[in-house]
Amino acid sequence: MNEINFEATPEPVLPTEIPVVSPAKGCGTEGREGVKSLIDIENLGFSYDLGQTETLRDISLSIPKGQVTSFIGPSGCGKSTLLRCLNRMNDLIDTAKVTRGTIRIMGQDIHAADVDPIELRKRVGMVFQKYNPFPKSIFENVAYGMRIQGVKSQKVLGEAVERALRQSALWDEVKDRLSSSALGLSGGQQQRLCIARAIAVQPEIILMDEPCSALDPIATARIEELITELKENYTIVIVTHNMQQATRVSARTAFFYLGELIEVGPTTKIFGNPSKKQTEDYVSGRFG
Amino acid sequence: MRGLWRDVAGYAVFAFCTYFVLLCAFYIFFDITAKGLPVLMDKGTAFLTKSPETLVVFKDETDKIVQMPMSEYSVFRKENPGAVIRDEHTHSYSAGGIMGPLVGTALLVIVCMLVALTTGVATAIFLNEYARKGRFLNMVRLAIMNLAGVPSIVFGLFGLGVFCLWPWLPVLTHEPTESAVLVIAVPFTDGSLSFQGWGTSILAGGFTLAIMVLPVIITACEEALKAVPMGFREAAMALGATKWQAIRTAVLPYAKPGIMTASILGVTRVAGETAPIMFTAALAHKGALPWQEAKGSGLFWLSDFLTQSVQALPYHIYTVSARIPQSEYTQPMQSGSVFVFMLLVMIFAGLSIYLRGRYRKNLKW
Repeated sequence: MNEINFEATPEPVLPTEIPVVSPAKGCGTEGREGVKSLIDIENLGFSYDLGQTETLRDISLSIPKGQVTSFIGPSGCGKSTLLRCLNRMNDLIDTAKVTRGTIRIMGQDIHAADVDPIELRKRVGMVFQKYNPFPKSIFENVAYGMRIQGVKSQKVLGEAVERALRQSALWDEVKDRLSSSALGLSGGQQQRLCIARAIAVQPEIILMDEPCSALDPIATARIEELITELKENYTIVIVTHNMQQATRVSARTAFFYLGELIEVGPTTKIFGNPSKKQTEDYVSGRFG
Repeated sequence: MRGLWRDVAGYAVFAFCTYFVLLCAFYIFFDITAKGLPVLMDKGTAFLTKSPETLVVFKDETDKIVQMPMSEYSVFRKENPGAVIRDEHTHSYSAGGIMGPLVGTALLVIVCMLVALTTGVATAIFLNEYARKGRFLNMVRLAIMNLAGVPSIVFGLFGLGVFCLWPWLPVLTHEPTESAVLVIAVPFTDGSLSFQGWGTSILAGGFTLAIMVLPVIITACEEALKAVPMGFREAAMALGATKWQAIRTAVLPYAKPGIMTASILGVTRVAGETAPIMFTAALAHKGALPWQEAKGSGLFWLSDFLTQSVQALPYHIYTVSARIPQSEYTQPMQSGSVFVFMLLVMIFAGLSIYLRGRYRKNLKW
């Protein structure tokens, strides 16, 4: 019979316990109460086929200012749909319709008749899952948002491009080749370029739809680092499939399932001590 | 073993068919070149810079056969009244060159492509980017498909009825005809805007050809637009671009190679059409080039210029091959014209492939 060696590696966590993953440094404290909420979603219903079936049912949610909020849930639960509602990107789809409820951003109902979706999208930026820089130069990519607003001065554009690239932690890598094609960058660099492009127009909110799902782990880590830096200046909402990513970067988490919001709260609570059984089952991996 | 033989047999059949097609194509090219190149070598660049003329063939006093274009012949007769001329006969269009037809075809193609590209690209953008799926869209697509199936002679008659004879098409002129339905005097000039129809003209021919080539252009442009990934449009709109801004700055520039290829292929198709221009623009014989005959100044000159009729290369080939008596003297003109025409088509096709390759290199996504 072998002697048990107590100096060996420590025992692994028993599978019956829910693993507590401590939030990454600097991702914010547990959902500070009393922080002004930037986005208020009230009883939102949304349909992709003009009301015949509802993809989102009765969503009520507040997203606070200056923090990273993440939407988690299994595939097809509606988190990307909700994200795209926030900057009215679903307007591009003919048959999409908000069936009920309101979304208020900074107090303003974004579906009101006098709201211009173009102006909304300048205040609420978006980064997509598959990075999509234009086949232009790096400079032109980042300057695109300002050019279409009519900014022509090369000096103003140059300053804005540099500021955006610095904030996206890409400046040092590309400062010598701003006029080379953006498609010559690596995947992670292209996604950071897309983030720079989005922040060059200085939005208040950045929506990120699974920004790291097409990237390798090293590039993913850099983007997550970038997100924790960006939250100082922007409010970020991130949709992610990767639960560990949610714990690493976000202060608040909302869990969705089959078009409904199951639970929302501080990240440590959702992962450490969830109130609903469905949430507990999902974060512990019983389904997904 | 039987499977292997089937494999080999299949390959043999496909290869044979391919090589057979290639053989036919090469035979045509070589035949045309063999007959046409000597003509071009013989006449040099005069073939491309002189208009068609009548050829006079006669025997002089030493019984030698002399060939002379009509213009030279009349000078010759005037200067040598006592020269012996025997066995004189004339052949239409067999002397001179093909400058008239070349210029005419070029002008027709330019007008056609200007009209076809503007309407075609606009239609493609509307169908692909703006139109909502439904009955209207299906009807439009059906209409375009039907347009592609209409025989070219029907286009010719349509063009004749609408662009040549219909009097409600305006012309800027100093001398309105009596059959004009409405004449509006233009202030500060002594001319008028006369609604008298265009008659046989470059405009009528160009518009008819444009309608004929429209389905090809629309389909090719739509394919070019569809090839641009949706991600560009979404990224542009997420940055606050309006729909047209997004299309103009993030979609159209990348659809350019496809549109360019489409337009050049359209040119090669349109340059060779005979039936549509037979009724609407082309004449077998035309003494002067359009800019030599146009009268007036400024916009009036332009209007007169565009309402000239012209010779056209495919119609010219038809005329010298089928409408005049054939002889050994008419052969060179035929072969030369066909050879030049084939050369032009090959140059354009090659140009389209080259330009497409160059643009593709810059735009890989």
